[in-house]
Amino acid sequence: MNRHAVGAIYRFEMARWLRTLLQSIAAPILSTSLYFVVFGAAIGTRMGEIEGVSYGAFIIPGLVMLSLLSESISNASFGIYMPKWSGTIYEVLSAPVSALEILAGYVGAAATKSVLLGLLILATARVFVPYSIAHPVWMALFLVLTAVTFSLFGFILGVWADSWEKLQIVPLMIVTPLAFLGGSFYSIAMLPPLWQKIALVNPVVYLISGFRWSFYGVADVHIGVSLAMIALFLTLCIGVIAWIFRTGYRLRR
Amino acid sequence: MLPIISVSALNKVYPSGLQALEDVDLDIARGEIFALLGPNGAGKTTLINIICGIAMPSAGTVRVAGHDNRADYRAARGRIGLVPQELFTDAFESVWATVSFSRGLFGKPPDPAHLEKVLRDLSLWDKRNDRIMTLSGGMKRRVMIAKALAHEPEVLFLDEPTAGVDVELRRDMWALVRALRDQGVTIILTTHYIEEAEEMADRIGVIRAGRLILVEEKSVLMRRLGKRQLRLQLSHALPALPAALASHPLDLSADGMELIYTYDAASDQTGIADLLRELGAAGIDFKGLQSRESSLEEIFVNLLRGHP
Ligand SMILES: Nc1ncnc2c1ncn2[C@@H]1O[C@H](COP(=O)(O)OP(=O)(O)OP(=O)(O)O)[C@@H](O)[C@H]1O
Ligand SMILES: [Mg+2]
Repeated sequence: MNRHAVGAIYRFEMARWLRTLLQSIAAPILSTSLYFVVFGAAIGTRMGEIEGVSYGAFIIPGLVMLSLLSESISNASFGIYMPKWSGTIYEVLSAPVSALEILAGYVGAAATKSVLLGLLILATARVFVPYSIAHPVWMALFLVLTAVTFSLFGFILGVWADSWEKLQIVPLMIVTPLAFLGGSFYSIAMLPPLWQKIALVNPVVYLISGFRWSFYGVADVHIGVSLAMIALFLTLCIGVIAWIFRTGYRLRR
Repeated sequence: MLPIISVSALNKVYPSGLQALEDVDLDIARGEIFALLGPNGAGKTTLINIICGIAMPSAGTVRVAGHDNRADYRAARGRIGLVPQELFTDAFESVWATVSFSRGLFGKPPDPAHLEKVLRDLSLWDKRNDRIMTLSGGMKRRVMIAKALAHEPEVLFLDEPTAGVDVELRRDMWALVRALRDQGVTIILTTHYIEEAEEMADRIGVIRAGRLILVEEKSVLMRRLGKRQLRLQLSHALPALPAALASHPLDLSADGMELIYTYDAASDQTGIADLLRELGAAGIDFKGLQSRESSLEEIFVNLLRGHP
């Protein structure tokens, strides 16, 4: 195990983040605050409770997931796309590091950043709405699992993309819509029956439902199903990445 | 002794269908300076990239100190430092951060003293806290070298280290290469500057269209393929080569003031004595003469033309 290499990549990625710390922190705090002002205060006061939870509190887990997804993907995809684009990837490819170590460095750093971000959003939310976390361990598990899974997904995206456009199009056209339709701002039960069925093919629904359950003990789908879905997606990402490294797909010429 | 690098039956066909390397066999001895010469597109970078693990071979094997570079990649790659042809740098990183990163990446624990020595040797110590993007092109190239040396490699690949580098830095680079060789580092460099190979290398390989067409000790190469030239400065200009001398390998300079006689340096029968006698008989006076060995450049050009 080349732990020095994992450390080097991890520190490099974290340093990149720290260089733009203000932006990394200010942007999510601002956007979360806006959500609470608009949805929590302005609209939320006119909404009744959803499954016994005030609307302001109800949207918190979804908001965290929304940021977690997009930050994990953008961080990890940028982290690996950048050296590919600038050419500095030559060094990683010529170094005595295994695929797993490269992953641990890049994905580890991306996931760390998103988890920190998630916690920051939770703290910000606290300023606006009182809430409690019923199952903190489950909450942490969901937070980390989601961060890791979507950082892996971002890594795949970064390896696949051969232009800045492609790098942005997947988060923009696929992930953001899925996340918005994933029940951040409403319960699936509020949809017409047909749409409820359609919603169930959206993987983000399971993430948000599971995460919300860890807060309030209420969920759209069973917590076991949520866990199974995220495990499935995690396995899928690992499989794709294993294939990438075995074939050198878009990494080695 | 076990070669430090051993390449056998290496082939590379790019997805485009282009065969960049064809049955390349090459052994590099520990501690030598090997220069790989070849025109643009010959396959030099491709060969280096495959040895270093950046590109995949279509067939064939690479061993580094006996370790297969794919099956046993840790042992193989850890011994190698690479300075690629192009300047790839992390613009926002400091010099110190980037060399520390390189050392860690190659699995070595931090060693500030070693990094300081590398940076001082490359005159980068004063720039250690500067962002790489603020450095000049020549300085960036030094940073690339510092990165490659950060983990104390046994073999250093320099892919056109002096392309676009001024004379002074080129001299520095040569001095550095010699100093590294004195420390026991094996050096493989590619270059278009034949004088560089002539100046530096112990052995020279010539690659053309993906085939290694020649590998030879530099001294042997120059002796074997070298031609000597005898230049005679004439007292009076000649309008043309006299017919009486047509049997000799003679050329007349454009102004008619110089006769150039080319002969094989290795041969016992140089034919000079006969030539001088016949010149006397033809009544051609000369006021001076010089003899010189043809440079590696001429050898190289002849080789690539296909007639040594
Ligand atoms: N990624 C690639 N895909 C397809 N063809 C490539 C690729 N890289 C190089 N080639 C081709 O392979 C051949 C050898 O290229 P290579 O870069 O190894 O040459 P070189 O000897 O290093 O040339 P130069 O002196 O210009 O650096 C060239 O014809 C080049 O166009
Ligand atoms: Mg090249």
